[in-house]
Amino acid sequence: MKSFFGFVKKEFLHIFRDPRTMLVLFGMPVALVLIFGYVVTNEIKDIPIAVLDHSKDEMTREITQKIISSGYFKLMAELTSSNDVEAMMLKGDIKEVIIFEPGFAVSLQKDGKADVQLLADASDPNTANLIVNYTKGILFDYLNKQNQAGTSYQFDTRVRMVYNQSLKGVYMFVPGTMAMILMLISAMMTSISIAREKELGTMEVLMVSPLKPFQIIIGKVIPYIVLSFINAVVIILLGFFVFGLPVRGSLVLLLAENLLFISLALSLGILISTVSESQQVAMFISLFALMLPTILLSGFIYPIENMPVILQVISYAMPPKYFIIIIKDIMIKGEGLGLVWEETLILFGMMIFFLLIAVKRFKTRLE
Amino acid sequence: MNDKQLVISAKGLTKKFGDFVANDHLDFDVFQGEIFGFLGANGAGKTTAIKILCGLSIPTSGDINVAGYDVYTETEQIKSNIGYMSQRFSLYPDLTVSENIRFYGGIYGLGWKEIKQKRKKLIEKLGLVEERNGLISDIPLGWKQKLAFSIAIMHEPKIVFLDEPTGGVDPVTRRMFWDMIYEVSESGTTVFVTTHYMDEAEYCNRVCIMDEGKIVALDTPEELKRNYHAQNMNEVFIKIAR
Repeated sequence: MKSFFGFVKKEFLHIFRDPRTMLVLFGMPVALVLIFGYVVTNEIKDIPIAVLDHSKDEMTREITQKIISSGYFKLMAELTSSNDVEAMMLKGDIKEVIIFEPGFAVSLQKDGKADVQLLADASDPNTANLIVNYTKGILFDYLNKQNQAGTSYQFDTRVRMVYNQSLKGVYMFVPGTMAMILMLISAMMTSISIAREKELGTMEVLMVSPLKPFQIIIGKVIPYIVLSFINAVVIILLGFFVFGLPVRGSLVLLLAENLLFISLALSLGILISTVSESQQVAMFISLFALMLPTILLSGFIYPIENMPVILQVISYAMPPKYFIIIIKDIMIKGEGLGLVWEETLILFGMMIFFLLIAVKRFKTRLE
Repeated sequence: MNDKQLVISAKGLTKKFGDFVANDHLDFDVFQGEIFGFLGANGAGKTTAIKILCGLSIPTSGDINVAGYDVYTETEQIKSNIGYMSQRFSLYPDLTVSENIRFYGGIYGLGWKEIKQKRKKLIEKLGLVEERNGLISDIPLGWKQKLAFSIAIMHEPKIVFLDEPTGGVDPVTRRMFWDMIYEVSESGTTVFVTTHYMDEAEYCNRVCIMDEGKIVALDTPEELKRNYHAQNMNEVFIKIAR
């Protein structure tokens, strides 16, 4: 046991003495969260919009004026016919069209209700969402002011996202970034550190020593479990304090799921190390076999629903996909284990599967 | 030699990888305190044999005993009783001299007190007092190699395996390294060394020359030179290999 602690201590020394490792471990997660965070939550300003006012009454004019003077939008065109809408959107320089129904003010005063249609260019779903929400905010603000006078008007806002109808799977960057960083640190760093010992020739000496193979593996992995876990906590804190993303569900469950995902990534890292003789190879395999799928196929950036069927099928084999679902459910929807148990079970199964192969391969390599 | 204790005994050691026979029925005995040289070109099967003797690899067939333990069933005991050093010196460049000694002492199960004592002696003996807290990457190659060897025998193993320990080292350092090997062997530790430097073969008590997985000669350097009418081991080797 003592020799084992000595091993873990040595592993920490390797990490703390290498500036590049330290940078990857602690600089990169923060940088990534901030970058992704600000890309997504970018404040909107001077967004080009068009208005199609079928009503042209005092109220619609007032609302349009209010929207333009908010500073978020810039009126590029006043359309006169529904036929112009599509052409305008296709050109791509209009991000939103606001359409007022004919007789807007009349029906608002008469029925207490009027229709506004918001057409948003959702080829960039996140921006589209933001634009629509800002517009709605202004509309309802106007409505509230009107209602202070004692009326009870209602707007019937209809939102239509063009080019990406469902808007499902719009990424919430924190779960995705978390999956990416944990995958990167746990899998890539362990595989590199094991490959490094092979390069140095120290792995041979470790093998000849009385240390057992599983002690070597666990000793290698423990520091990365600890550091990845710290990273997960840092990301959650950054999400909360910088971007205001609350943890609605159980924090304990969230951390436990993180630990599960870290273990899964680590077993992948060990597996990679058994097939790579050098640090470079380990790094490339980690990047191509783990990082790219994590970014592209997990639903992190591109909604899985919009992918070709074949890629959708492949995405079922991607561990980060389940992790992201779990984290979204817990953090954003506030769900408990009751709703995420299936995904948890899948991740757990994957972890056992990869761990078994990894340990088996690690042992046979000694032959 | 016969009055000495037998520390390695191999009878019919065979290792196959599929159809390829890396070691073909090797028979040899190594006695306590002996410097036993294992010679052969690259690919002759030296490394495969040394891996089996270190308990890293299970042979296909043969009766093999190392330090009194069976290589099939008692690899754990073998590992605790041997030391190992390879060509690559096996020290961690980003750890200090002291930390390397402590780490390797630790994985061989030495207590902290024992490690401290041995470390002090070792550092003084090698003249590394000033460098003790310097990183391994900053000390010269010759010292690294001597340090690696000292670390390999720190837990006082019965046998120390040296796999091409002097590869890439200048002649002066090699000579000094062999002085250390003699010293260790005089204290009763068996030294099992592989090399492809023929001048080093002369320093061994007995050498075993391998070619294509088989032992082609096994004797003292003097006998080998006499039998092959050779001036030095280099000639012996060339005659045999032909």
